[in-house]
Amino acid sequence: MDYWRKSNKVFLSFGIPPTIWLFAFFLGPLFLVWGLSFGEKQGIIRVAITGTLENYLRALQPLYLQIFLKSFWYAGLTTFFCLVISFPVALAITFVSDRWKPILLLLIILPFWTNLLIRTYALIAVLRTNGYLNDLLELIWQSADSGLRILGLGDWNLLGERFHRFELLYNNFAVVYGLVYVHLPFMVLPLYAALDRMDRSYIEVSLDLGASQWRTFLSVIVPLALPGIISGVIITFIPALGTYLTPDLLGGTDSQMIANVIERQFKSANDWPFGAALSFLLMYLTFFALSVRALLTNHDEKGLA
Amino acid sequence: MSFRSNNPIGPLDYSRRTWMKLILLGTFVFLYAPIITLIAFSFNDSRRNIVWRGFTFKYYEKAWNNSSLVEAFANSLTIALFSTLISVVLGTMTAILLWRFRFPGKAGYEGLMSLPIVIPEICLGVAMMAFFSRIGWPSGLHWPLNLGAITIAHISFSFPFVTVVVRARLASFNRELEEAAKDLGAGEWQAFKDILIPHIRPGLIAAALLAFTLSLDDFVITFFTSGPDTITLPIKIYSMIRFSVTPEVNAASAVLIAITLIMTSFALWFQGRNGNQP
Repeated sequence: MDYWRKSNKVFLSFGIPPTIWLFAFFLGPLFLVWGLSFGEKQGIIRVAITGTLENYLRALQPLYLQIFLKSFWYAGLTTFFCLVISFPVALAITFVSDRWKPILLLLIILPFWTNLLIRTYALIAVLRTNGYLNDLLELIWQSADSGLRILGLGDWNLLGERFHRFELLYNNFAVVYGLVYVHLPFMVLPLYAALDRMDRSYIEVSLDLGASQWRTFLSVIVPLALPGIISGVIITFIPALGTYLTPDLLGGTDSQMIANVIERQFKSANDWPFGAALSFLLMYLTFFALSVRALLTNHDEKGLA
Repeated sequence: MSFRSNNPIGPLDYSRRTWMKLILLGTFVFLYAPIITLIAFSFNDSRRNIVWRGFTFKYYEKAWNNSSLVEAFANSLTIALFSTLISVVLGTMTAILLWRFRFPGKAGYEGLMSLPIVIPEICLGVAMMAFFSRIGWPSGLHWPLNLGAITIAHISFSFPFVTVVVRARLASFNRELEEAAKDLGAGEWQAFKDILIPHIRPGLIAAALLAFTLSLDDFVITFFTSGPDTITLPIKIYSMIRFSVTPEVNAASAVLIAITLIMTSFALWFQGRNGNQP
């Protein structure tokens, strides 16, 4: 690597254009929103930046605090389900033959490259009252019902008069289902990376010394995969916390998350200073989670070395 | 995963245990069933999505004859093209800068450059909306100039991704080649153009394809920067979804999925070549 003074013309000609772009069209807009978050609304579009903390205090009102807590709860549930589903998946991929490994990994990543909006729309078709999941459940109900009729139990209507379709869409269940659906690859990949690095002889030793598979899993595999678990949890939690599209399309009236409230402040409610404050609170939470990750993974690497 | 093996299952053959296979299978059904049914029912000859009534292309034809849908598609492709060109230039410059030079405050500079990758989309979206309204970005320009605001927003979140991809490719560049070229009388620019660029070309192509799909797929940030006469394909699909679930939307979605998948496989292929070349 060269010190920049050694060929400063080259340094400046490569450095100046992207830096100008970053400041003008990325940091500039963020700085503007940061300023707006200390502003007061005066008239329909006029905002005076007065240095008030009113907007941040308003975000601490029970109504908005509740939405923050709900977003945390949904993102947490999503992370939990992703972890529970992804661990066996990552473990299985780690131990398949080399021929299958890239194929299975590609299959995990592929949905990730399909448009988020389209994946969410696809879930609507699956979950809605006339959707495929209800169709499938009805089919199962019908076959179970006719099975009972064959057994001569038909008159008792053990399964009810007829199949009632479930309301699976436009509620909190649909939001968490959608969040898990979208964020699963975020969890599988770091887990796989950690499990693949693991020295398998530890598992063999544990089994040879008489520990059960379950005990080996809990006291050998999980601790060894801990960096991957931490990474996966944070990488899943951060985008889930700031999701806009999933609660917007799959949720009901009470499934609003932070991003939806921010959107409303900037569009229909037209209260930019408050929206700006919420947006920066979300950003601070993101940075906090990222620094926790940096701290924990650094610490871990030092511990291993 | 040898499904038909007569060997007994060893203690470490986790992937050969039935329950593991079931979890894998279940996960893939969970991930793929919605997308596959979405695509399948874009070919279904029935207004109601549920029952299969035979194969048809008529919803593709209908989508093709929907002029606002086609216009949105043209807008999306135009934005993606310009965003890709500028992102690749800016991203490559940043990559070379960070790869070649030591300078004070480098760690902080790297952090700033990766900000667009990590901040929540909604925050960048509202920032762009506030920014363009505050500086009084002109509206009502002629096509394609009216797409300028969206293109600028797309470049801002795409070029750091280009930097990541190109920097990975630069790591395998042997600087002695560049020095040899300079010893033989090449100037900075000639060494750059004839030695460095040919080496990183696969990385540049992969990065360009990535930037293109990022732009083509973006909904949230575009949602905040688009106006009534600057509709992109995801924005159009979003408003159609809000209105109703129709096979026409399925057809438009299937086209977008196909484009993204083709682009991404090319990108992967070029990145794969990255690793194989010295």
